[in-house]
Amino acid sequence: MPTATDHWYDFRDLSNLSRVILEGIDSVGPSELAYLVAPLIGFVAFFLVFVLPSQLFLGVYGERRIIGRMQARKGPNRVGPLGLLQPLADAVKLLQKEALTPARADRAIMWAAPIFFVAPAVLLFAVIPFGPRMVFADLPAGLIFFIAVSGLPVLAAFMAGWGSNNKYSLFGAMRVVAMSVSYEVPLVLMLLGVAVFANTLSLPGIVLFQAEVNLWLVFMMPLAFAVYFICVSAELNRTPTDIAEAESEIVAGYLTEYSGMKWGLFYGMDIGYALAASAFAATVFLGGWSMWGLEQWVPPWLIFVAKTHLFYFVFIWTRGTLPRLRVDQLMGFAWKFLLPLAVFNLFLVALERLLWAEADLGDGIVFAFAAVNIALSAVAVWGWARLLGYRPERMPTRPRLAREAGGYVPLDDPAAGGR
Amino acid sequence: MQIAFWALAILTLGAAGGVMASRNLLHAVLFLIVAFIGVAGFFVLLSAEFIALAQIVIYVGAIAVLLLFAIALTPRALRDNSETAMVGPAILLGVALAAIFLFVIHDAAWGAGAGDPGIGAADLGRALLSTWVLPFEIASVLLTMALVAAIMLVRPEAEEDADAGAAGGGGEERA
Repeated sequence: MPTATDHWYDFRDLSNLSRVILEGIDSVGPSELAYLVAPLIGFVAFFLVFVLPSQLFLGVYGERRIIGRMQARKGPNRVGPLGLLQPLADAVKLLQKEALTPARADRAIMWAAPIFFVAPAVLLFAVIPFGPRMVFADLPAGLIFFIAVSGLPVLAAFMAGWGSNNKYSLFGAMRVVAMSVSYEVPLVLMLLGVAVFANTLSLPGIVLFQAEVNLWLVFMMPLAFAVYFICVSAELNRTPTDIAEAESEIVAGYLTEYSGMKWGLFYGMDIGYALAASAFAATVFLGGWSMWGLEQWVPPWLIFVAKTHLFYFVFIWTRGTLPRLRVDQLMGFAWKFLLPLAVFNLFLVALERLLWAEADLGDGIVFAFAAVNIALSAVAVWGWARLLGYRPERMPTRPRLAREAGGYVPLDDPAAGGR
Repeated sequence: MQIAFWALAILTLGAAGGVMASRNLLHAVLFLIVAFIGVAGFFVLLSAEFIALAQIVIYVGAIAVLLLFAIALTPRALRDNSETAMVGPAILLGVALAAIFLFVIHDAAWGAGAGDPGIGAADLGRALLSTWVLPFEIASVLLTMALVAAIMLVRPEAEEDADAGAAGGGGEERA
């Protein structure tokens, strides 16, 4: 059985490498040195090896080229192969730009806001398990840690909006706060359901649970997964729900007065937070590093990264496809639609968990639970929507322009009129 | 451990001082947030991770946001924050509180307890739903009442009249 060994050169488990480095330092220097080096290794491993390359790749190829493709245009394709070096060019450009501060702005708050925005993004990756032993801080309450820390950037956004002393910035800030307060409630209730079902609050524990029963939580709780996606998309200000920076309404929301690298930090960390949310979703709902036994042949962290990027692709997809919602629509959706569904899901899952524990059913019962939950979730979504006056069975038809033109005209097809 | 304690102590006390010293209410709230985070750090040092995380979720994530809302929705919140007539009573109250705290600190037996203090998430959950289930439920009912009352308070009067009219048959309005 090809499981990972303890040798430092075994690339299936990168924690060996950090352990060897730390032990080496421990044997040479004073013992306090290891405490200083360990966070550095964690930072380098998580942030520089995983986050930044993912950010460069997704931030450009995903957020620009794929969206360009979806919107029938070419994205940036001049800098480097496939335009992949575009973010480096952008970063150099941003560094050269002047970071303006309005004369009547609150300088201290405006200066501190990007810092407050960046720090939690780095912290979030501390509890994400990249592999069986590749987790930087194995907290017993890792789930709570993630919820707690992902609530912090809201404050930074509010600081940015208030400190700018601009009415559009303040509008954006108020919208951020109102929206994250609204969407935090169904999000946390859904994650509570996950914790109840997996019977643990630790993220490695949740992955192990999914590996043990051979079923991912996305199948056991499709409703929780869908609501998580919607809530996180709202909290991250991604396009279908980016009312906080809606260009057509309030210029750029809380970022209106920012420029140069201060703006760049906000922009870059938006992708960082989306990446963290994807990594969290891959861990909690998509089985983390486990893949029905495949993790013994392929490095588990590669499986994890692949799942993270898969989830991120759905983010990009919705961003490229859906139009922006209105403020009141978003607020009403969170309180009237998502919250009752979240309570329903929590009740259902707790009932099943109780049944599972009390009636002494085997692990195979989770497949039955999955089937029941998928059916009940569909019924709940449909029925609740009908009750609120929506008509979920009415599928939208193709837009009229596309229908008249006979469909989508590919970019690179000269016969169809493209270039 | 020592270094972490002193760093956190300086951070927390400095931020708390900032809360008192700053005239700008928003700055005061931001200092308060830093103080909350510092207190969460102390909980981590006492290996009560769950309480530290709860501190961040509740105080930084919820209460601080509530305070920010209150400031943003209060007209003139950032002006006229100079001395008021309440300075004297406030100092008196502060001194009294400090005296009580110092007395408690002096009076308590500060020995490291042996064994597991039982402050993990599972322990707390079990205690809340067995020994302390009645206070827990009372707190829940109180919070629900507060929520309903808040909604009642901010309702527009026209809406209220319409509801009252609908409930009473609406006969008077037509007459």
